[in-house]
Amino acid sequence: MATVVGKLLRFGVLSACLVATLGGIMFLILHRSELSDFTQFRGAPEHLRSLEGIYGGLLAFDARAVIQAGVIILIATPILRVALSIFAFALERDYLYVAITVIVLLIISIGMFGGLAG
Amino acid sequence: MSVLLFTSILFMGAIAAGLVGALTGLGGGVVLIPLLTLVFNVDIRYAIGCALISSIATSSGSAVAYIKEGITNIRIGMFLEIATTTGAIIGALIAVYMPTNIVAVIFGVVLLFSALMALRKKNEAADTSEKSTLARVLNLNGSYTSPAGPVEYKVHRVIGGYSLMTVAGVISGLLGIGSGALKVLAMDTVMRIPFKVSTTTSNFMIGVTAAASAVVYLQRGYIEPDLAMPVVIGVLIGAFAGSKILLKADVKKLRLLFSVVIGFLAIEMIYNGLMGSL
Repeated sequence: MATVVGKLLRFGVLSACLVATLGGIMFLILHRSELSDFTQFRGAPEHLRSLEGIYGGLLAFDARAVIQAGVIILIATPILRVALSIFAFALERDYLYVAITVIVLLIISIGMFGGLAG
Repeated sequence: MSVLLFTSILFMGAIAAGLVGALTGLGGGVVLIPLLTLVFNVDIRYAIGCALISSIATSSGSAVAYIKEGITNIRIGMFLEIATTTGAIIGALIAVYMPTNIVAVIFGVVLLFSALMALRKKNEAADTSEKSTLARVLNLNGSYTSPAGPVEYKVHRVIGGYSLMTVAGVISGLLGIGSGALKVLAMDTVMRIPFKVSTTTSNFMIGVTAAASAVVYLQRGYIEPDLAMPVVIGVLIGAFAGSKILLKADVKKLRLLFSVVIGFLAIEMIYNGLMGSL
């Protein structure tokens, strides 16, 4: 099980990096001479704030959406690791920890789907 | 500044942040926030978004090495995750109502505390006296292999540790950092878990805690791809190089130097926060 988790983590970090680098190269080619200014908070473009929006951006070859897809892979990696632990504990017949892990996953889901962004 | 120049400088800065974060054991995200806000004049909300994903990246990246050694206690980590993820979501909710200069002051205080924690003496010895029934019921006690043979340890004061972990979670959610220092304090000092186990378990928890609030921040537009791209890649490279240096060199003096530098950055953050310029 430890090797599966190790592989998941390595794959998650490497693919996130790869996707972000790819998006970064596209981004620099397209926008390199524009001006950068992040002294005022405007927030990331609306369509880059949700999974559907980022997916739509990917189809349109939007460089920023590709970078954001790398970010999504990065965020998903530890969450997948928690999900995987449910099976690991079930294999050990440790039902107390199956329950504890499900609770953790539920709390994360509330953060994801609870509309808490305000 | 043009996008190309800004991205290049930011990339170098992120490598430095990852390096210093790994050498001090504080994590790249912590160094990133003062770098982005004080040096690059970036709004602290963007800085928090960047720190958050950097924390996840370094946590996953270094966890690969820790799993091989087999000293992470997944049960302790998972049980305490209930506390930290709940805290993280509460923190992310509070963040909306918190003026940014107050966030800067809180960050400075946490950073100062973390720098001091990095310098203190570690709890190396395993405690073998059994004091907590809850630890037994929850099956938290464990063992790890050391050069001198297997080391058994018992976990103390579960409720105290759980409470402090909730606070660590709120701070993670509010500031976008892993708050590893607080997590280690809870496990090390309160629960009497040996240092080796508490550090690796804290690292496991940082990624999960940060992921819990990251989605809220993504929806809020704190995670800006223009900044995220150089920052994440740079921090990962820096952290990787830092972990290699740690294995080879005696970094005691370097760690002391960096901790002093981080202490100054922390005071600078507090000052700017109080003056309302962040």
